Amino acid sequence: MSIEFDSIQTLREALDGKAISATELTKHFLSRIDQLDPSLNSYITVEHERALSTAAAIDKKLMAGERATLLGIPIAEKDIFCTEGVRTTAGSKMLAEYRPPFDSTATANLAAAGVIRLGKCNLDEFAMGSSNENSYFGAVKNPWNQERVPGGSSGGSAAAVAGGLCVAATGTDTGGSIRQPSAFCGLTGIKPTYGRVSRWGMIAFASSLDQAGPMARSAADAALLLEAMAGPDEKDSSCLTVSVDPYSTLIRQPLEGMRIGIVPSLLAEGLSESIAEAFEDCRKGLEKLGATFVEIELMHHHHSVGAYYVIAPAEASANLARYDGVRFGYRCEDPADLQDLYLRSRNEGFGDEVKRRILVGTFALSAGYYDAYYKQAQRVRRLIQGDFLQAFDQVDMILTPTTPTTAFSLGENTEDPVAMYLQDIYTISANLAGLPAISFPAGMSLGLPIGLQLVGPHLKEATLLSCVHQFQQVTDWHHQHPRNWA
Amino acid sequence: MNFPGWQVDIGLEIHAQLNTASKIFSGSATAFGATPNQQASFIDMGLPGVLPVANGAVFEKAVRFGLGIGAKINRVSKFDRKNYFYPDLPKGYQITQMDEPIVLGGQVTIETEEGEKIIRITRAHLEEDAGKSVHDAYDDATAIDLNRAGTPLLEIVSEPDMKSAADAVAYARKIHQLVTYLDVCDGNMAEGSLRFDANISVRRVNEETLGVRSEIKNLNSFRFLEQAIHFEIERQIQTLESGGSLIQDTRLFDPDRKETRQMRSKETSTDYRYFPEPDLLPVELSDTFIDQIQAGMPELPDEKSSRFQSEYRLTEADARLLANDLTLANYFEAVAQGVTDPKTAANWIKGDLIGKLNETETQISSTPVSPKQLVELIGLIEQDVISGKIAKDIFQALWSKEADSPRAYVEEKGLKQVSDAGALEPLIQTLIDANPKQANDLREGKDKLMGFFVGQVMKQTSGQANPQQVNRILRNLLGL
Repeated sequence: MSIEFDSIQTLREALDGKAISATELTKHFLSRIDQLDPSLNSYITVEHERALSTAAAIDKKLMAGERATLLGIPIAEKDIFCTEGVRTTAGSKMLAEYRPPFDSTATANLAAAGVIRLGKCNLDEFAMGSSNENSYFGAVKNPWNQERVPGGSSGGSAAAVAGGLCVAATGTDTGGSIRQPSAFCGLTGIKPTYGRVSRWGMIAFASSLDQAGPMARSAADAALLLEAMAGPDEKDSSCLTVSVDPYSTLIRQPLEGMRIGIVPSLLAEGLSESIAEAFEDCRKGLEKLGATFVEIELMHHHHSVGAYYVIAPAEASANLARYDGVRFGYRCEDPADLQDLYLRSRNEGFGDEVKRRILVGTFALSAGYYDAYYKQAQRVRRLIQGDFLQAFDQVDMILTPTTPTTAFSLGENTEDPVAMYLQDIYTISANLAGLPAISFPAGMSLGLPIGLQLVGPHLKEATLLSCVHQFQQVTDWHHQHPRNWA
Repeated sequence: MNFPGWQVDIGLEIHAQLNTASKIFSGSATAFGATPNQQASFIDMGLPGVLPVANGAVFEKAVRFGLGIGAKINRVSKFDRKNYFYPDLPKGYQITQMDEPIVLGGQVTIETEEGEKIIRITRAHLEEDAGKSVHDAYDDATAIDLNRAGTPLLEIVSEPDMKSAADAVAYARKIHQLVTYLDVCDGNMAEGSLRFDANISVRRVNEETLGVRSEIKNLNSFRFLEQAIHFEIERQIQTLESGGSLIQDTRLFDPDRKETRQMRSKETSTDYRYFPEPDLLPVELSDTFIDQIQAGMPELPDEKSSRFQSEYRLTEADARLLANDLTLANYFEAVAQGVTDPKTAANWIKGDLIGKLNETETQISSTPVSPKQLVELIGLIEQDVISGKIAKDIFQALWSKEADSPRAYVEEKGLKQVSDAGALEPLIQTLIDANPKQANDLREGKDKLMGFFVGQVMKQTSGQANPQQVNRILRNLLGL
């Protein structure tokens, strides 16, 4: 049986045609996880029993003739989505034993659509990182090359999908955390428009930037998952009230007549040669499909990393204040007094990168520094938003690399936070502007996947997904899998 | 208290708990006195992954208050996070409004011994309350009750326009009156529905800039407000007069020792690191929304007092007294509309009812005598069924719940007044015979003695005789 890399469409037909049962499919993935994940470490929690009982219930439904696009599809969730009664760690010692009393909206929406959750995936602690090396539960390895990182922060999700340990997975993206690991692992991952997927039950990193989305093997699979995850939610004030487009239908739109922007300054320096070549090939491929390319400029793009590393830590410094050892989560042993309880619980419960960002954020919001850092960063953010708005007068979407390099080695950037932060140079601006952006596989270099990114206007997820889908009709990068990794 | 050569400047920050059914950012109930943590939802507890959603009712209440003080209503306001660590602050930050409050400006007029004064209001903003630390539940631990966490508050900030403790109390009372009138806050001081922070500074009479201020936190009664300000003024002036200097600080009032103690100085004060709350959208209020609230504004105390004077022919003093408190005013109107002479209603309320309320420290809202009972009681007097004296006894019986319906009580206890000449005449004749000197003096014009005879008759009839009838019979028998 070699169904672990099949598309959702293929599995759908197999399940509906009773070629395989949901239980068999689930067992197949669970046994792969048991056998192979010890070397990847992509899961923090594997839900054997729960997954099998869900599968059994779904088999009854399938037998009874019930049909739905995701009914019986085994997926994994990033361990930052609250799951009722099932521990949700955010990759932190702080929440190592935390069991939420409710489901996140994204989780509930997917469950309602009939997916089977296999388990909860590893991640950088509180989604802070670009290599998945910041997890209390250990680093995750890239199935394409186990000396390499899978990217982060949704590194566990990426490795699990790429390694055939689930069909697809959820991720969250604050500065590139869906797209960068998707690029490193050869996946199609989309960060939707800010507010398209509810943040309720998604443990917050930076509230104005966090957005959930799917990580999958193809645009077609991603479209199906996003359709299920997205939608209005009264529990999240920032969630958009407009209804969700039928992405899985709209992906069939032809590329004919689409104008795609290219930003020459983003291709000038720091970009690896192989990715620059893949970029050129992709451009030619899209032209053949009927797209035209237009050179544009994003005047303030080079400030995005700086603005991001003020705004995101500032919001995080407040969002992570609730982990104080008082009500839930890690509490230090025998606190001498209240001050001691706070200091030691937080000092022992958080990892270094989380502490670094809390400190940076606290500093940026301090009296006397607020105007120079936080306020200035918000100004830059508005300028970046303005640049995109102007650009989208001319083009339907913008093509950029997702990352400056392919997956780097474990330990390569851990001593240099700034080098690590520059991983996000192409992805961060979409978060600052709240725009949808997708990363898709567009080449290979030395056995490692290359990802490129499309950024679109507000709520134009369908445009991005259809462009990638059309590209995937004429390329097979998304069909390449690390078959010999185990 | 008077300090020659000094003047005082006081500004108040008043936290008014909005009387909405649910909390400001969650669906939990806000009722007082529930079992600890039974009214704390996942949102109030600040669990990972929760998000606040603003309760629309709080905007209406805030706008109502703003319109009531003639303020500018900000069409767009926003929420901010105020960051600090405290065990009863579940998220580690409080959601409040920092630089764009919903209500801007406005003023109220207070009555003082020197006449009317205008107190300017700087702003009023919405925020969530914190929970409570309970220190006496366990021997070796502090407990946290999050029932109050997320209760909506309107923080009303005044300019330093008050010049004495009396001014401050008058202003605090005025705000209390206003928020209860506007149905914005239940005004229940004992449950902490209104709490005061007082900013106090002193300066030499000719000094133009304000002195160094101290903020006294969390005063929960008018009495404590007054005492704390008195103490603080004295402390500041004494310090300065003895050559010392003041530092800006935050203080707590100890009502037992009648003194204020420093909590923290400006140098050690918390940097709250305010920034815009990213989980909530800016609050945009439409003109229609504000117009609707304007159209539904209730009658305010000054308007009501004028109407009481014209509609019920009350004196200005009585009208002001009765209009002062909305519950009292409603009580008065309920009684006034049920009796022939509204002035009688006013007299009963300001005399017997208020007297009893004060004596027993009872709020008008929990008076045991209902307007309906008082209407019935006054009716019995107006119909000559009982005397005023008996009526006062029945009022006592109503207060103590011994009586329920005044009319039934009169029947049951046989308290109808005796107006029957046949019954009264022999009794009065006996009294004249027994007191020949007094009878003679009365005949010769000592009118005061009329009272003596009426008193005796009332005594012997246990107050049931109709005084007018007694008067008439007595004059008859004496040939006057």
